[in-house]
Amino acid sequence: MSTQIEQQETETEEQEAEPEVESPGDRRRAAKRQRQTERDIQRETEEETLDDEETVTLKVFRYDPEVEGKQEPRFDDFAVPFHKGMTVLDALIYARDRYDSSLTFRHSCRQAVCGSDALFVNGRQRLGCKTQLSDLEDPVRIEPLPHQEVVKDLVVDMEHFYDQMEAVEPYFDADELPEDSLEEQRQTRENREKVKMSTRCIWCGACMSSCNIAAGDNEYLGPAAINKAYRFAMDEREGENRKQERLRIIEQEHGVWRCQTQFSCTEVCPKDIPLTEHIQELKREAVKNNLKFW
Amino acid sequence: MYEHDVIVVGAGGAGLRAAIAADEEGADVALVTKLHPVRSHTGAAEGGINASLREGDSWDLHAYDTMKGSDYLGDAPAIDTFAKTAPEEVIQLEHWGMPFSREDDGRVSQRPFGGMSFPRTTYAGAETGHHLLHTMYEQAVKRGIEVYDEWYVTNLAVTDHDDPEDRECHGCVAYDIKSGKIEGFRAKGGVILATGGLGQAFDHTTNAVANTGDGCAMAYRAGVPMEDMEMIQFHPTTLPSTGVLISEGVRGEGGILYNDDEERFMFEYGYANNDGELASRDVVSRAELTEVNEGRGIEDEYVDLDMRHLGEERILDRLENILHLAEDFEGVDGLDEPMPVKPGQHYAMGGVECDENGETCIEGLYAAGETACVSLHGANRLGGNALPELLVFGARAGYHAAGKDMKTAEIQTGPSAKSEDGDVQPPVAPGAVDAGDEDVAADGAAVEPTGVIENAVEREQDRVETLLEDDGINHAEVRADVQETMTQNVNVFREEESLKTALRDLRTAREEYEHVAVADPSRTYNTDLIHTIETRNILDVAEAITLGALAREEFRGAHWRAEFQERRDEEWIKHTMLAWNEGTPELYYKPVILEGDEETYEPKERSY
Ligand SMILES: Cc1cc2nc3c(=O)[nH]c(=O)nc-3n(C[C@H](O)[C@H](O)[C@H](O)COP(=O)(O)OP(=O)(O)OC[C@H]3O[C@@H](n4cnc5c(N)ncnc54)[C@H](O)[C@@H]3O)c2cc1C
Ligand code: SF4
Ligand code: FES
Repeated sequence: MSTQIEQQETETEEQEAEPEVESPGDRRRAAKRQRQTERDIQRETEEETLDDEETVTLKVFRYDPEVEGKQEPRFDDFAVPFHKGMTVLDALIYARDRYDSSLTFRHSCRQAVCGSDALFVNGRQRLGCKTQLSDLEDPVRIEPLPHQEVVKDLVVDMEHFYDQMEAVEPYFDADELPEDSLEEQRQTRENREKVKMSTRCIWCGACMSSCNIAAGDNEYLGPAAINKAYRFAMDEREGENRKQERLRIIEQEHGVWRCQTQFSCTEVCPKDIPLTEHIQELKREAVKNNLKFW
Repeated sequence: MYEHDVIVVGAGGAGLRAAIAADEEGADVALVTKLHPVRSHTGAAEGGINASLREGDSWDLHAYDTMKGSDYLGDAPAIDTFAKTAPEEVIQLEHWGMPFSREDDGRVSQRPFGGMSFPRTTYAGAETGHHLLHTMYEQAVKRGIEVYDEWYVTNLAVTDHDDPEDRECHGCVAYDIKSGKIEGFRAKGGVILATGGLGQAFDHTTNAVANTGDGCAMAYRAGVPMEDMEMIQFHPTTLPSTGVLISEGVRGEGGILYNDDEERFMFEYGYANNDGELASRDVVSRAELTEVNEGRGIEDEYVDLDMRHLGEERILDRLENILHLAEDFEGVDGLDEPMPVKPGQHYAMGGVECDENGETCIEGLYAAGETACVSLHGANRLGGNALPELLVFGARAGYHAAGKDMKTAEIQTGPSAKSEDGDVQPPVAPGAVDAGDEDVAADGAAVEPTGVIENAVEREQDRVETLLEDDGINHAEVRADVQETMTQNVNVFREEESLKTALRDLRTAREEYEHVAVADPSRTYNTDLIHTIETRNILDVAEAITLGALAREEFRGAHWRAEFQERRDEEWIKHTMLAWNEGTPELYYKPVILEGDEETYEPKERSY
């Protein structure tokens, strides 16, 4: 409730600071008229030039094992009318709904939380829905995630990625729980802060696809799965026994020690998770842990 | 044919909770879902989960707020069960490791939310749903629950008794998106529909592209009535370009709404003199649109939501995700400038009629989550009440389907719960264009379960083959027409003429849909086909929404009618029900239950 009071105070301060020469409303209205005129002019010019200037060319990877003519991978070009704020996903949807309904890609949330539209766009792993076309060079080349088997067009097989995620036993498993079913396991703010970034993973697979090691070693757990292990190993609520078990999993042959700190995973992660840092930290934990027994 | 004790359709919050409950009860359970579980839309929820956890709060206060918020269209048995069980469900999530935000003493944080008389909304940053979804999926993995991901459920396998209340559900039919294989799924205990929302019936929505009302439409056509479908919640703060949601948490923390004249209009124009920005969603949505309609909107489209005064530290601590959303999808830095917002379709209060145990009038068929209408939210859902609903009623459906002894439900379901007939005059005949060719109940095999399923599979195979082989128009055109007319005519403000226009447009869309065909001939990952089948579902739910809206001649909660500017309690404390009736939808009413465990709720005027 104290928050309520705080915010009211801030608000009065703001209002007092406002100079009273010209009312803010007047200024806004003037600005609005101005914008209206600008938009009218823009619209007139747009109508004339739309065809050539305001389009973006998508070069989209196509492949379908079943359909004749698509069994040989190729690229199709789609010219998509561009408007401000348009994302790669918007452009793909436009191309599919207007030009070719067989164009296939995964997507659902349109807001960077479902993790289903990780794609290889202009040579880099990105979420289609989170990538503004205006940030990209024309033509925009769109391919499925590298190092994953292509099912069709931009859809890749995620099974291997899911398997690796599951290999680290990705679930909370406390040594001890409060007896009372209405009592929380206390967690310090610092500890929540520590695991916070690691809990943001949306399983998009971008990191795995960008990793050279994972590309060469099919058994390597990979950055997302190791990050998942980090999320639990660092959570103070799980307890020491479980932590030992977790360190054992990530220390196996195809675990943390494979990472050569190339940072490519960290660079592409759409959730800004410091993956390489987490992997390094787990390496340090593992070393410390082993020292204990010597 | 695959066989399990319990089949859960959909693996968002509701489906996962149901599956975990069924598993705990010893059942062999499978999740069948068109998206991988972690891709479900529950992951997009931002604001939080309500539960009375602290001293000074209690379940009956939570229940009271919920009833008041529902504008007295909620059923007391559901509301009471919900408010009583929410605390243990939320703490259970915590025991499952969900990374909630924390107080200094290490307990989970709670914050104020619109329409709540106590700050009882627990949260995990501004990504509550993401954490809830992932935590629950992790628990499903831990228990080894079988998941058929990227399997699209196209229909239910239900017996063909004349009276829906005599029908039984034995399973469903699903399509393996990756291979194109169509298979029957037999459920010995029950099928639980947890397919989420229906936002795709509108073109400006916070919902995911996958939220196409599949569960609603399948249950409807199988004979389960749809309840209170007109009750669509519009969220007042969505980004104008995409419909991406700016959580109510922003207003809960003290965010302020301004119009183009930089006036704090919630107070300036008296929309909610007590609660201001924290008034209920329907109140705030109407206020914003009124501002826009009266020329005080920005660029004639939206208003501003300002959180700068909260300070960088607080914003980063509690609303960081909002900064990213505003930046990525609108190109606005929330620390530096206000964010543009406007109302968008957000939530379906109505849905598949079911009781407190999740069961519908068809034996063995359950519903949970946003697809369901146990009648908890009535005419208006309070922020933070949907996630605990998934937990409480998802679990109950799971237990019941797995055979656990549940107390007899107090909420009556099915056509026999009817209190009176509706008498709305639609301008066109609603329902199937050609009702004859699509009876949902399996014919000729009313008793033997596998027969029912085999028949259902055969029908789906025929349907898919026809769609793939015939030439015709693309579903995307039909879908766009539906979304457009719904947004034009069945939005925040509704009037008789526009509702009738919508019904005519929907009829035309149905006729067009008769000629729809899939251009992609491939069986491999054919999204064209999936979207085509979804579009049919969108049509059915859009029509149900519009018919309900035409029938309810009053102003209650989210449902505003130009001609009826008052809540009319004597006549309208009742649910609108719509039964498919083999393609000739029938409208009737069912009484609202205001008698609760402790006391009877007295309708009061809502004031904010
Ligand atoms: C942006 C946003 C923010 C929200 N914030 C909050 C909040 O802060 N607090 C709150 O309480 N509520 C919030 N809500 C509401 C709440 O999140 C949803 O109501 C809830 O998550 C719905 O969960 P669900 O399990 O019913 O459906 P979903 O999570 O949508 O899951 C549906 C599942 O069904 C599957 N499915 C659908 N159709 C089929 C089919 N035909 N065959 C097979 N599978 C199918 C999908 O794959 C998916 O797994 C928010 C909603 C939105 C959209
Ligand atoms: S760690 Fe980042 S890049 Fe990797 S799967 Fe998770 S969200 Fe995607
Ligand atoms: S569509 Fe969900 S992450 Fe892009």
